[in-house]
Amino acid sequence: MGTMSAENGTDGVGRRDLIKRSAALGLISVPAMGFLSACASGGGDDRKKAGAGKKTAKNPLAVNETAPMEFVLFDGGFGKEYAEDAVKIYETNFPGAKTKFSATQKIQSTLQPRFNQGTPPDLIDNSGAEQMDMGVLVGKNQLADLTPLLDAPSYDDPSKKVRDTLRPGIVQMGQFDGEKVWILYYAYTVYGVWYSRKALASLDAEYPKTWDEMLAVCEKAKKKGIAGWTYAGKYPYYIPFSLYPMIGKVGGAEVLDAIDNLEPNAWKHPAVKACFEAYYELYRKGYVLKGTPGLDHIQSQTAWAKGKALFLPNGSWVENESANVIPADFDLAVSAPSGLDDGDKMPFGTLWASGGEPFVVPAKAANAPGGMEQLRIMLSEESSKNFTGKVKSLTAYNGGTDGVELTPGLTSGVAALELAGDNVVNPRLQDWYVQLQKEKIGVSGLGEMMAGRLTPAEAIKKIQGFADEAAKDSSVKHYKHQ
Amino acid sequence: MQHGKYRFIVGFLAVPLGLYTLFVVWPFVQSIYYSFTDWTGLSPDFEMVGFDNYARMLDDDIFWKSLLHSVMFALLVPLVTLGLALFLSFMINVGGRRRRGGPAVTGVRGSGFYKIVYFFPQVLSIAIVALLFAFAYNPDSGAINSLLRGIGLDGVQPLWLGDPGLALWCVMAVLVWSTVGFFVVLFSAGMASIPVELYEAALLDGASRFATFFKVTLPLLWDTVQSGWVYMGILALGAESFAVVQIMTTGPGGPDYSTTVMVLYVYQKAFRDGQAAYATTIGVALLLVTLAFAAVVMRLGRRERLEY
Repeated sequence: MGTMSAENGTDGVGRRDLIKRSAALGLISVPAMGFLSACASGGGDDRKKAGAGKKTAKNPLAVNETAPMEFVLFDGGFGKEYAEDAVKIYETNFPGAKTKFSATQKIQSTLQPRFNQGTPPDLIDNSGAEQMDMGVLVGKNQLADLTPLLDAPSYDDPSKKVRDTLRPGIVQMGQFDGEKVWILYYAYTVYGVWYSRKALASLDAEYPKTWDEMLAVCEKAKKKGIAGWTYAGKYPYYIPFSLYPMIGKVGGAEVLDAIDNLEPNAWKHPAVKACFEAYYELYRKGYVLKGTPGLDHIQSQTAWAKGKALFLPNGSWVENESANVIPADFDLAVSAPSGLDDGDKMPFGTLWASGGEPFVVPAKAANAPGGMEQLRIMLSEESSKNFTGKVKSLTAYNGGTDGVELTPGLTSGVAALELAGDNVVNPRLQDWYVQLQKEKIGVSGLGEMMAGRLTPAEAIKKIQGFADEAAKDSSVKHYKHQ
Repeated sequence: MQHGKYRFIVGFLAVPLGLYTLFVVWPFVQSIYYSFTDWTGLSPDFEMVGFDNYARMLDDDIFWKSLLHSVMFALLVPLVTLGLALFLSFMINVGGRRRRGGPAVTGVRGSGFYKIVYFFPQVLSIAIVALLFAFAYNPDSGAINSLLRGIGLDGVQPLWLGDPGLALWCVMAVLVWSTVGFFVVLFSAGMASIPVELYEAALLDGASRFATFFKVTLPLLWDTVQSGWVYMGILALGAESFAVVQIMTTGPGGPDYSTTVMVLYVYQKAFRDGQAAYATTIGVALLLVTLAFAAVVMRLGRRERLEY
């Protein structure tokens, strides 16, 4: 060994030295904290936006004819073919433009970094389990106002604006607070009570219009060993698909608005109490399929399709989702929820229908007009028919069902919409306050009540507590019905 | 020689330490930083908000529930898993009856077969295991309730994952089932290295199987058990518990918050609610819990190392 170090008299690095040096290292790393903010905010505003193109009758949004357009689609139950077809039309209309289309289930993982860098694509179908929170995107000014698209002439008929070709509720659903429209829901979903016409006919019953009739049908079914109801017990936020419109029917749409607005005591309205008690009656009388609280949506749909239960609260996607277990002679139908009695504020037929598949154009998109033009193409009658024919669902385009062969569920959905007319309600909790709707009201409130672990009075008290909490919570953005 | 020593040490450590800093320490530092902001995770704009997120966390009932469940996971799952694994590997390696002409110390009959069978679940990914058990727990047509019906217990049809009193136990049982095999193999290897003479001596002195286990096997295996404990605890606090809770439970996290764990809550806040800053705050709490767990286990487990 060589010479000894004079200062510490030991071999190599002394313990004290080591501590001193690591402390110095720590000091160096502190200023580095300053760079951290750069991690979340790379890129920024230095990105070039495409210049405007020439505004013509064929190009009302003045899309730059040569600017590239990027479209990211959620690759879910509706597949991607319908969007690919629409992109082809875009390419035909703008032969000079390069398009980039991709479909993914991982919307958030793919796009969150791009939002953070300020380089998002031009059109996004922000849907699925990895949906990015719309409220946050709007609140942080990440989305473009779609008003220019809505005020543009429609693709098929230049004398009509796009907004006048849409189904009821679509434009309102895209608004958060104020007039601006941030989201265009492309699919149109009918929520309600789904059943087999054949099963009802075998009981000599018709779809019940009042709750007494509902209980009578369930009693009849019970005698034959069939349960009246089942639902996605592990995701009890399916129950509102029939419960909320029932509340609207019994107490009027303003009760639902008050609930959405998180008004104090909104849940203590007599109509809410009556409907909760009506549903609790299903549990108390043993009309709910045994074991339902432990079933997930697929398992409950399968039990229902096998004829173990008559009624199922669900949305129009159920026809596609459970296609492989629904028997051919099932004769699927949807109905608006049964009411309480003749004293209800709204007529039978009052229905919850609203948009699904939310399409957005990012504020920082390089070619926002291109994204909107792509949407305008998709809202044409031809593209809408293509969608309906391919994926068995309606679109936001009002019409587009003539000449398309409709499945039983879809046919009854169209009929239910016709019966409802203007009596379409549109509760917004599920897109405004996801956590409140799903795990608080859904799982901890309704789920517990339908499993018999809470009485209706207790459930209402608990849910009102959750709503009050949400109203006070400054970390979530609050919305009001316009 | 002395003056070249630093360069020598640094040369060896630079790459691993650099990687460790970049991929482990740096993300920690980042999350601690973000926990003092109001970052949403969806936009590059955010501001410093001081200790707001921490104040909110201490006032958040769901956070406390998830903390409680995570601590239960970290304590109970390793205890049961390792206990079971020790018992099984003892029976496989040492617990057998002496057979004429055979070695003095041996496992139960068919132990080679058992060893393979116990290891089976380890081959399946935790996501698949969770899905399989979600089917088994289906109260309507799942394997468990069908079995109960099959043996005439029609009246006993629990809701399993749908029952707030049972759900957490159901989930923990899955985690135990899927990991016990790994530890059986680990402990078997450990036991194989214990000299046979020690067992023979114990047997000559008339020690029972029970005494042999506690007086010979366990002390000599202690190091392995201890690292297994830390490893299992971290699994139970982290990825594995997330997977089973996310895939299997009501909601997920329910019913009525009876199964929510910290990792799940971090995920929900960051990716569902767009509150990335608050999520990192819970992440910091999770870091503290994990560190505390490791420290406690190391301290409790400190014993004289036996040389043999």
